[in-house]
Amino acid sequence: MTQVLINAPKTARKGEVIELKALILHVMETGFRPGTNGRIIPRNIIERFTASWNGAEILRMDLSPAIAANPFVSFFAVATESGKITFRWTGDEGFVVEESVAIDVA
Amino acid sequence: MALALLPAVFAASFAMAQAGADRAGADKRRSGYQDMGVALQKMQDDDTANPGMLFVQLGQQLWAKPAGANNKACADCHSLADMKGVAARYPAMSKDGDKPIDLEGRIRLCRTVNQQAEPLATESRELLSLAAFVANQSRGLPITPPADPRLAPFREQGAAIYERRQGQLNLSCAICHDDNAGKKLAGVTIPEAHPTGYPLYRLEWQALGSLKRRLRNCLIGIRAEAYPYDAVEYVALEIYLMDRARGMVFESPGVRP
Repeated sequence: MTQVLINAPKTARKGEVIELKALILHVMETGFRPGTNGRIIPRNIIERFTASWNGAEILRMDLSPAIAANPFVSFFAVATESGKITFRWTGDEGFVVEESVAIDVA
Repeated sequence: MALALLPAVFAASFAMAQAGADRAGADKRRSGYQDMGVALQKMQDDDTANPGMLFVQLGQQLWAKPAGANNKACADCHSLADMKGVAARYPAMSKDGDKPIDLEGRIRLCRTVNQQAEPLATESRELLSLAAFVANQSRGLPITPPADPRLAPFREQGAAIYERRQGQLNLSCAICHDDNAGKKLAGVTIPEAHPTGYPLYRLEWQALGSLKRRLRNCLIGIRAEAYPYDAVEYVALEIYLMDRARGMVFESPGVRP
């Protein structure tokens, strides 16, 4: 079960600057820590986060092992047209999560 | 007549003022929430920024998921409305047994006895998520420990542990959390140890944790030997601490540094 919390306005005026926030449950295991058996726990992080507005990419972010667990990303975008904002996280061990929210731009 | 009435009125208003002062005195207790920075307070208050809400959401899914030989979900027996206020009055006595149990213990018991399912490990994500979901139903309510006389000896035991010096540093809970609360320890404000937000998300843990985990942390911090996970000492301490925080607002899932 993957957990995502997204905070995005449902409506916006055309040209308005809106804040988008996304929080995801992820261990962000660095790959540098030994486990209880003394062996290094393999790295397991989210490598990339992207946001797209009606399919057009508006933000791309590379994440590093130094980022804490459950990364919270907040950014701004200009509301241009009604449609769908899609958030996508990809990472180690085949991690792929996609969540979309609808927005009405008037 | 009016003159005779005046002292009575005065006495009454004075008594009311006193009662008010007493209430204000009780309100001098501070939740850890009040001692943290504005950024963290905002993080806790915003349900889409509070990482604890990720676990509440997970708990909500587990709440509706059937498990065990009886193939029953929590939701099959419990209505969500009945869960309101439950976390604010735990720990309580177990129904059949003679020992007190905390909320996590209650969930584990329900899981093995009623659902006939595999027990949930202490501090496991499933157990904490379920506890967080149940605890979240009591958010904003005052902490109201039950007036069960059977809890009294355990509360006394908890109080005794709280006051007792232990560990290589020879500290008691009270030395930090009563005598030196509000001062700094390694750059961090020492809280008054009111368990208002458990299970809560601690940034240091990068995860949700129970009050038991917090107590173990403190014990290790004073270089004492932590009690085993199923020890009654934890529950006794929890009973005492919840009683100490009686009336304070329950705020789970809290966020703490």
